Amino acid sequence: MANYQDRLDRTFGALGDPTRRAMLARLERADGASVSELAKPFSIKLPAVMKHLDVLADAGLVTRSKSGRVVTVRLRPQPMREAMEWLRHYERFWSESVDRLVGYAESKETEARSKRR
Amino acid sequence: MMSLTLVRRIKARPSIVFDAITTAEGIAHWWGPDTGPVLVAEADARVGGRFRVRFRTLDGLEHESSGEFLEVIRPERVAMTWRWLGGVEDPGESRLEITLRSVSEGTELTLIHSRLHDEVSRLSHEGGWAGALDKLERQFLQPAPKVRSPSAM
Repeated sequence: MANYQDRLDRTFGALGDPTRRAMLARLERADGASVSELAKPFSIKLPAVMKHLDVLADAGLVTRSKSGRVVTVRLRPQPMREAMEWLRHYERFWSESVDRLVGYAESKETEARSKRR
Repeated sequence: MMSLTLVRRIKARPSIVFDAITTAEGIAHWWGPDTGPVLVAEADARVGGRFRVRFRTLDGLEHESSGEFLEVIRPERVAMTWRWLGGVEDPGESRLEITLRSVSEGTELTLIHSRLHDEVSRLSHEGGWAGALDKLERQFLQPAPKVRSPSAM
């Protein structure tokens, strides 16, 4: 687990850019796309596209495979699951805590009302 | 910027809910993700005052979070900074805001835990976090069994 935070940092860093998020969304709709197909919707040059793909690949969010002259990019959603799991820790923490807060506050309310009678 | 929002209705008046949140005695009754015990609860609920909570989860691990009260408006609103001791869960400082609204049945509580993973989101700030993870969640993840869909925004 030593690299857990590093991996999260890379995932969140990679997801923090709208172009890269759009690329991921595109890859999610299609089962893989070539680099030039991926570049098409963006008004950026191929080297910039390659740079974004490097960031996504470093974070483990995409894989690239070469067949002849065509590089096919595919989505790899595992790091995203890990990032969501991290967020779910907080979600669980608060959901469970607040459930008990509700129970406690409601018992205090009942107590306060019975005292008044 | 990543945040988590939770809204609950409680059949208790706001002042009772407020005290449950801002006093050590109250916190000791509910804090933590499972039924494990709260070991230490300290809360000096005034602007600049500190809170510290140490609890043990049922897996035997101990966790501690602490922070500083930024806003204390009884019985409506409390805001504080938040940091996990040891930085295992999250090395950065985040922010917790709880707002209480009086409703006919008692209180509507809104809890917002924001600035999660702050350093990272600062680095990638130009991307903007709003909605990003929520969208990605819908795009990429199948709902996991027995885990409620996160209300991440």
